[in-house]
Amino acid sequence: MEILVCVKRVPDTSENEIQLNSSGTGIETDDLVYSINEPDNYAVEEALQIVSKVGGKVTVVTIGGEDDEEVLRREMAMGAHHGVLISDQAFSGSDGRSLAAILKAFVQKAHYDLILCGVQADDGAAQVGGMLAAMLDYPFASLVNSIEVADVEKLKVSREIEGGNKEIHEIDLPCVLSIQTGINEPRYVGMRGIRQVASVPIPTLGPADLDIDPRTVGKGAAKVGRVDYFIPAFGKGAEMLQGKREDIVDRLVELVAAKGGLN
Amino acid sequence: MPRIFTYIAHKAGVADDSAAELAAAAQKIDATESPIAILTGWGSDLDAACNSLRALYAEIWKVANESLAYPNAELVRQALVAVLPPGSVLLVPHDHFGLDLSPGLSIKTNSCFVSDVVDIEGLQGTALKVVRQEFGGQLSTHVRCDISSGAVITIRPGAFKPQESAPVVGRVADKSSEIGSLSARRRYLETVVAEAGDVDIAKQTVLVSVGRGIQEQGNVAIAQELADAMGAAVSCSRPVVDAKWMPKSRQVGTSGKTVKPKVYLACGISGAFQHLAGIKGNPFIVAINKNPKAPIFQVADVGIVADILEFLPELTNKIREVRAGKTTAAHAS
Amino acid sequence: MQFWLGQWKHPRYPTAGILHILIFAGFILLASRAFAVLVLGVTDNFVFPTFSGRLGHTYGIVRDYAATVVFLCMVIAATRRLVFRPARYAVPAKFGKAHTADAIFLLALIAILMLADSLFEASKAAANLQQQQPVEFLAVLSLPWMLKSALSSTPIPVLQNVHLGSYFLHEITFFFLLCYRPFGIQFHVETSLFSIYFSKLDREALKPVRWGVPDERIDEVKSLGVKTFEDFTWKHMLDFYSCADCGRCSDQCPANAVGRPLSPRFLTIKARDYVFRHYPVLGSATNSKPLIGELYSEDEIWSCTTCGACEQECPLLVEYIDKIVDLRRGMMDDGNVPQSIQKPLKALESRGNPYGKLGKKRADWTKSEEFRKACNVKIADGNGVNTLFFVDSITSYDDRIQSIGRATAKILDHFGENFGILGPEEKDSGHEVRRFGEETLFMALREHNVEAIQSCAVRIIVTADPHAYNALKHDYKDVPPVEHISQLISREVKAGKIKFNPIKNEMDVYTYHDPCYLGRHNHIYDEPRNVLDAVPGLKRVEMSRCRERSFCCGGGGLMLFYEPKEDQRIGVRRVQMAAEAGANVIVTACPFCMVNIEDAIKVAGMEGKMTAIDLAELVDQQIARDN
Repeated sequence: MEILVCVKRVPDTSENEIQLNSSGTGIETDDLVYSINEPDNYAVEEALQIVSKVGGKVTVVTIGGEDDEEVLRREMAMGAHHGVLISDQAFSGSDGRSLAAILKAFVQKAHYDLILCGVQADDGAAQVGGMLAAMLDYPFASLVNSIEVADVEKLKVSREIEGGNKEIHEIDLPCVLSIQTGINEPRYVGMRGIRQVASVPIPTLGPADLDIDPRTVGKGAAKVGRVDYFIPAFGKGAEMLQGKREDIVDRLVELVAAKGGLN
Repeated sequence: MPRIFTYIAHKAGVADDSAAELAAAAQKIDATESPIAILTGWGSDLDAACNSLRALYAEIWKVANESLAYPNAELVRQALVAVLPPGSVLLVPHDHFGLDLSPGLSIKTNSCFVSDVVDIEGLQGTALKVVRQEFGGQLSTHVRCDISSGAVITIRPGAFKPQESAPVVGRVADKSSEIGSLSARRRYLETVVAEAGDVDIAKQTVLVSVGRGIQEQGNVAIAQELADAMGAAVSCSRPVVDAKWMPKSRQVGTSGKTVKPKVYLACGISGAFQHLAGIKGNPFIVAINKNPKAPIFQVADVGIVADILEFLPELTNKIREVRAGKTTAAHAS
Repeated sequence: MQFWLGQWKHPRYPTAGILHILIFAGFILLASRAFAVLVLGVTDNFVFPTFSGRLGHTYGIVRDYAATVVFLCMVIAATRRLVFRPARYAVPAKFGKAHTADAIFLLALIAILMLADSLFEASKAAANLQQQQPVEFLAVLSLPWMLKSALSSTPIPVLQNVHLGSYFLHEITFFFLLCYRPFGIQFHVETSLFSIYFSKLDREALKPVRWGVPDERIDEVKSLGVKTFEDFTWKHMLDFYSCADCGRCSDQCPANAVGRPLSPRFLTIKARDYVFRHYPVLGSATNSKPLIGELYSEDEIWSCTTCGACEQECPLLVEYIDKIVDLRRGMMDDGNVPQSIQKPLKALESRGNPYGKLGKKRADWTKSEEFRKACNVKIADGNGVNTLFFVDSITSYDDRIQSIGRATAKILDHFGENFGILGPEEKDSGHEVRRFGEETLFMALREHNVEAIQSCAVRIIVTADPHAYNALKHDYKDVPPVEHISQLISREVKAGKIKFNPIKNEMDVYTYHDPCYLGRHNHIYDEPRNVLDAVPGLKRVEMSRCRERSFCCGGGGLMLFYEPKEDQRIGVRRVQMAAEAGANVIVTACPFCMVNIEDAIKVAGMEGKMTAIDLAELVDQQIARDN
């Protein structure tokens, strides 16, 4: 099975407080560490597990610049067979729809049985997978937390819905799936693995290679765009308890008891 | 002015709470427009749901088809494409179904797409300005979208408060004949219900909830001790389940359980929306977190900046003292 | 020699130790006897060239007693196995059936040898006696002597048969045993000389990924670590054959004690059984399968805290830590790493510490107003600083442990040391990164730190972290000599340069917990004790497991992130030992021990009854300062 995984390089936010930059147009990037978008990593692991069972190859692709190559290399160190960087000035400032259009052009240059992406990235838009599927006219399923290869033509997938319940679907290949975290346990990729793929060539494709008219993508074509970043004015927010630890504990117990918190 | 539609989910003949929220959101896009509710489904459940909205919506479009009896986004999308006039704005709740349906729908209707909107500032010509959040809720952004050829917008559940409005008597229009035959290459098979754990957190009145701040599985015991002292149960956020420190049945959130306690202690939980969405009924929320900027402090009633690994045991001891004191006092009198 | 001939390690377990020493001595002494008996079958009255006369007779006496003692030892050993059943011989169900039958069989064979030999001598002597021929002198009260008395009135023809019979019995048993030797634990008799001779001398330096491949060429190695049995070095394979199945290693292993899947003894025995199965003497080798999953479970290998207690005990000097590290290298190479460890490893790669905190905040622990008044810590950057205080990650970032850093700085200040820290330039020493098998990441961290250390041109390094100490001393090259803070303080104490205030609460009973990487791995036992004993009024007791028998606290570095399956926390076991010794304050000299012990005190519900304090914190607290 030929599997394509669309990945994105994002800032690692879990340990850091994201700071607004001085002009309010973006975030402070000096101290940021970047890594692969977590759901995308789960998607690559899933793809690798599928091909280890049924044979085939995994290709990882990202749209970005030089810096984004490191994420492709990391996934190749994990086991992906090919990495492709789609990069050009013309693509910068693209909105979700343009990104999906670019990926569609790439997909149509080859053939993939299965296309995976992470359920969402740092901006929480959760859009590219669904859009790509619609553009290609492939069936789509989001929030996938389990994939079973039923036969060469279809998969059985499970979607994560509320309450921890799972919605089971049968979906025809070729299709697009967006992958939820927790679907598997991604393998470790160490420095050595990355060094070993350090010199593997990663082709860079531009609009000409993909037969894309630059006017249809990029900032000019975007219908949706960020105006600025801001920190919302704090509403009332919580009443912060201050002072000595013992006093805080006492006060808290009082409040909790008053609200019926002690059964 | 674009027609504004709201997609309303329903279950067992009852329309989802989001119906009122989406109506409120539609108001903010254009206060003069009366939004139209669209429901898809089949049979008497669909009819009942449509009727239940007549007090809220002036116009309700019913799209009935047997294949839509279970909401399969692939099929619903086709139906909506057939029925929606070009250039419409469709509002959908940002939940697992909205995620499944909307991005593809925006492509098929050739309209723009914005997801997880938490506020709407207004329309200027064909430029709609909305507010979204990024980085797990740590920052907000203003987003501008060009809705000249329509839009599909997913709305964060709970972000828009239902508005008081003049009561209406809506009429239900049956649009079922407009959709033609539906077929999709994704077929719904069944829903597997989550295993019931030992404790049903949805039924608890007091919850001690832990997040990443608990740091390791061994520390969950600290929360359990507090819960025991309070007569409560321990629940958690998604990262705790992903790390396999607690079973899925204890997860509060959009992909976990919805809880309605009286008191909710959020310990070491940052306050990402997906978690908070699982808390309903406006409980008394206490937030304890090392990070003074954690989004949880925005929604909590009371906040304490502290390391839960230190704070919780102290709290537990105090509660035990208090309860012991109460018992003795009770006996004494 | 000390270990092989001197049987140095044996008396650590007194009963078995003494038994074994006697058996061993007997074996050595009887070796030539066995040969002589063999030849006696061919030529009667054979004596070794120099063995006629006094020497021969003396040897005869020694031999008689030796045989007796060995025979008695066999009986005692068998009784121990069957009746007293020491715990360490037990085979947990998951590892197969008990080895008792094998053990008894072997003991019986040796006992038969002794008996047959004695009977052989005795029957001859009895016959000679009856026939008034010169009697070979038999040592009084030895086994042959007793048998001779028993046989003194047996008819000559019977004696002749007994003589012949016992001879054949002896020879058959002897040759059977000779052939049986390689197939069980008795092989250690032959291999022990080699396994001990070839055992690694410098235990603290980990085995390189591949002997003979320098670090710069590590990328050429196709596959890192041990994945199949064939990947083990010949010395490790020799170890598998040499193990005597005594169980002393597992008996001391802290992971084993709390029910983790690891048992060092069975690491070796399972490998030995594997090699018997797949590499028979006759027949071809069967295909090798991956070790992890087939022979060993992942948790078994991740459970090890590398404390070294097993290696410390083993009488045959079998190596364990290198094997565990090699197996981990194999798993790392395959990407087979628990998710709980992946996160800190990624953080180490991107930020130089396992907590994922900002590198530039690494020196923030020095910056509190209050602390700065007491002590101003410089950043060493080639500005003539003499001593580098290598802080390492946990002391830099952990809120509780930062106080150890501050105490150490104040102590250095008190002694007038011209010291500095690397500050944000410092990265994790990588000590556990290496022991968890991530050799490449370790080398990157080391390279970075060595460069930083060299560029600040210090003459000596001091640290309060035994893991950092061990890394800087053994894993790092081309850095100045390193010392642990306890050594520095001890020196100053001996030189009379430090005065301590008397301890405030005279009722407290202190006990010192030897950190594995300070004590067992680096033999620093006395210095911390000297320091404690120099504090007036400080009452100190020793736990029964102390010094090189200290019981690990649970492990440091990445071990703090691993989630083992265990019946009880290792730290809790240790804290109970402290309570049993009568102490209510545990002093330790390692930040990881501090974390584990304080945690264990809480988990064990002993808050209020037991506290822990670091040596540096205690010293800082007790120094008599003239201000």
